Amino acid sequence: MIRLIGVLIIIIGFIFKLDIIAVVLTAGIITGLVGGLSLNEILKTLGEAFITNRYMSLFLVTLPVIGILERYGLKERAAALIKNIKAATPGKVLTTYTLIRELAAAFSLRLGGHVQFIRPLVFPMAEGAAKVSYRDLDEHSIEQLKGYAASAENFANFFGQNVFIAAGGVLLIVGTLSELGVEVTPLQVSKASLPIAIIAFVLAAVYYNILDRRLAHRLGKISQGGKQ
Amino acid sequence: MKTILLEILYIMAGLVALFTAYLALQDKKHPTRLGSTIFWALLAFAFIFGKYVPAQLVAVILIVMGVLTALNKVQFGSQKNSSPEFRQEKSNNFKNKLFIPALSIAVFAFGIAQFTSLGGLVGLGIGAFVATIIALVMTGAEASYVAYDGSRLLQQVGSASILPQLLAALGSLFAAAGVGDVIASSISGVIPQGNILLGVIAYCLGMALFTIIMGNAFAAFAVITAGIGMPFVYSQGADPAVAGALALTAGYCGTLMTPMAANFNIVPAAILETNNQNRVIISQFAFALVMLFIHIILMYWLAF
Repeated sequence: MIRLIGVLIIIIGFIFKLDIIAVVLTAGIITGLVGGLSLNEILKTLGEAFITNRYMSLFLVTLPVIGILERYGLKERAAALIKNIKAATPGKVLTTYTLIRELAAAFSLRLGGHVQFIRPLVFPMAEGAAKVSYRDLDEHSIEQLKGYAASAENFANFFGQNVFIAAGGVLLIVGTLSELGVEVTPLQVSKASLPIAIIAFVLAAVYYNILDRRLAHRLGKISQGGKQ
Repeated sequence: MKTILLEILYIMAGLVALFTAYLALQDKKHPTRLGSTIFWALLAFAFIFGKYVPAQLVAVILIVMGVLTALNKVQFGSQKNSSPEFRQEKSNNFKNKLFIPALSIAVFAFGIAQFTSLGGLVGLGIGAFVATIIALVMTGAEASYVAYDGSRLLQQVGSASILPQLLAALGSLFAAAGVGDVIASSISGVIPQGNILLGVIAYCLGMALFTIIMGNAFAAFAVITAGIGMPFVYSQGADPAVAGALALTAGYCGTLMTPMAANFNIVPAAILETNNQNRVIISQFAFALVMLFIHIILMYWLAF
């Protein structure tokens, strides 16, 4: 059981928000020591694994072009696109955002974010749609909308990102399995991530539809001036 | 051919880190000028020369890097993006054309993986190279911004950028020390080896629970895959790509439910000024539970 001490160190490190790089290194070295490896073996394993897994950090080569595009307004353009969403209810606003954000994640466009998109754009749009759809939007409903608006970013980001062939998660899967003697390619893993990405979107659409219904039920719908 | 191209890519990645070190050194207003310079220079060394020096030296380099981050000596400098007015103006000029270089990275990566034998990583590198050229030609930006903006973004991501690579190395150490065996033997008292469904359930739930505790699915993946995935799922003939992909996103279901993942759940609640700091988690809980259930069904169905 003592060999699980590394796991414990990582848990403690995360709980106390210690520096994660140092925590992971400490956990690895101590685990090696209690597991009966010599210091030389530990350093050799650590160094070799780091070098074999260099491909996980290959996203570094994409940073210059992303930086230049951001200098020329990439995020501003994405914001303009999000602003153009025309949806009648808060649930539909969130469903549309989830779709756009998930597609962006699948293409490795890092265009989301709670700071850049949810707070300044998506939440106000959902709130605006709620005000014209339902009577007397109360404080509890606004609080609820905030939580749901933040969730759209997470759902789309988490379940869309691994569709990209060189996503961090995809390379982690390839690398970890390879260290354990199982060989897979990034292409196989990214293709295998597609079904759950689609399911996540469908489920999110249903989830936000239920939100609309609950709001309508609780607050009452405003009839849209004769329009259907 | 593929190996040579990959090695060239590692050198390119190393150069990005080297430019970052150089620009940190030049950055007179940098709060951690020396520490950042050393950190990124060491990473550049590991990328470019790591293959040709003893592995022990690479490990020592990593430990020095770890000491630097532990002492908080690796921070963001004073590099700046363009002004908001400039960005708005350019964004109005270029409109959706701005997405072309960014999208071309993914298109090249997938296309080269699908239609050649070079693999997705070489595709990523070629895509990044082509995208950089397109972006420079399209915007007319000075070529020096390749180094400046690359270094600006890398310093923004910070030391966490080497985390996936370090976690894989941790997994390797765990494997060498027999951590997986310990977890496996304690679980095999509960789960009979040879039952595929129970193995899948243990793997998915293990990923979610461990992520809830640690707040990080990447770290959970290394531990749980060695301890539960290997003996109870992969060894029973699972398609490793399917099982691996679903195990990681099963971990993400845990991320949706835990305050430990502060970046995704607690910070956004603060940004949105919610009354309840767990509001985002509350909103995600039912979704995460249903998704976790779907993961189990999907892994059982698609991986076997």
